[in-house]
Amino acid sequence: MTIESNEVASGGSRSMSIIVTKGSLDWAYPPFILSTTAAAMGLEVTMFFTFYGLPLLLRDLDPKISTLGNPAMKMPMMGGHMGMPNIVSMLPGVEQATSKMMKNLMNKKGVASIRELRDLAVEADVRLIACQMTMDLFEYSLDDMIDEAELGGAATYIEAASQSDINLFI
Amino acid sequence: MADQTLDAKGLNCPLPILKAKKSLKEVPAGGTLEVWATDPGSVADFQAFCRMTGNELLEHDEADGIFRFLLKKPASG
Repeated sequence: MTIESNEVASGGSRSMSIIVTKGSLDWAYPPFILSTTAAAMGLEVTMFFTFYGLPLLLRDLDPKISTLGNPAMKMPMMGGHMGMPNIVSMLPGVEQATSKMMKNLMNKKGVASIRELRDLAVEADVRLIACQMTMDLFEYSLDDMIDEAELGGAATYIEAASQSDINLFI
Repeated sequence: MADQTLDAKGLNCPLPILKAKKSLKEVPAGGTLEVWATDPGSVADFQAFCRMTGNELLEHDEADGIFRFLLKKPASG
């Protein structure tokens, strides 16, 4: 990452690392919001994508959301807030419909899409590490991932984390 | 008149900050950036952003639900 004048003014660059373990639409937001914002504030950022977080590095990015087992998920509807009983969440097509509803709502409210945030992270030179073990376990290859993804394991993460001011597990 | 302006109205967190960071690249050293936003969270966020990055928040105010921020980039670096 290039050091810019404003970063020098704040006394040198700080750093942050995030372990990203979940890949549903709702869980994808916190790591990408925090990584892009931290990079904008002059921090060097490393994201380590493992288990269900790994698909967030796929070229073909399409995170979904589920209301199943998610009783706190209440969508604004007809002036109030409505949840969905698990028995309805289980029906075929409900996940697709809920994901579409959520994406429409986010678009209406000026919330960035996950793809947009990921592009901004790439642009800001956020380091994106794909967990080697998860790649092997779920049978992905580096060709499935965006060009900026690099392979690494626990030791790679620990090295980055040991040099970071902020370390998050999401 | 600011050197650059950024219309971030209708955008939600963290887009106003991310777009401001981008716009600041187009501002000369010591120059100013004026940002308009409608996200109420941007008031605290622009203050924090400026404290961390060495940019100066010269002014901020609100009128008719629109928040206006005037940032000044450090003179040298």
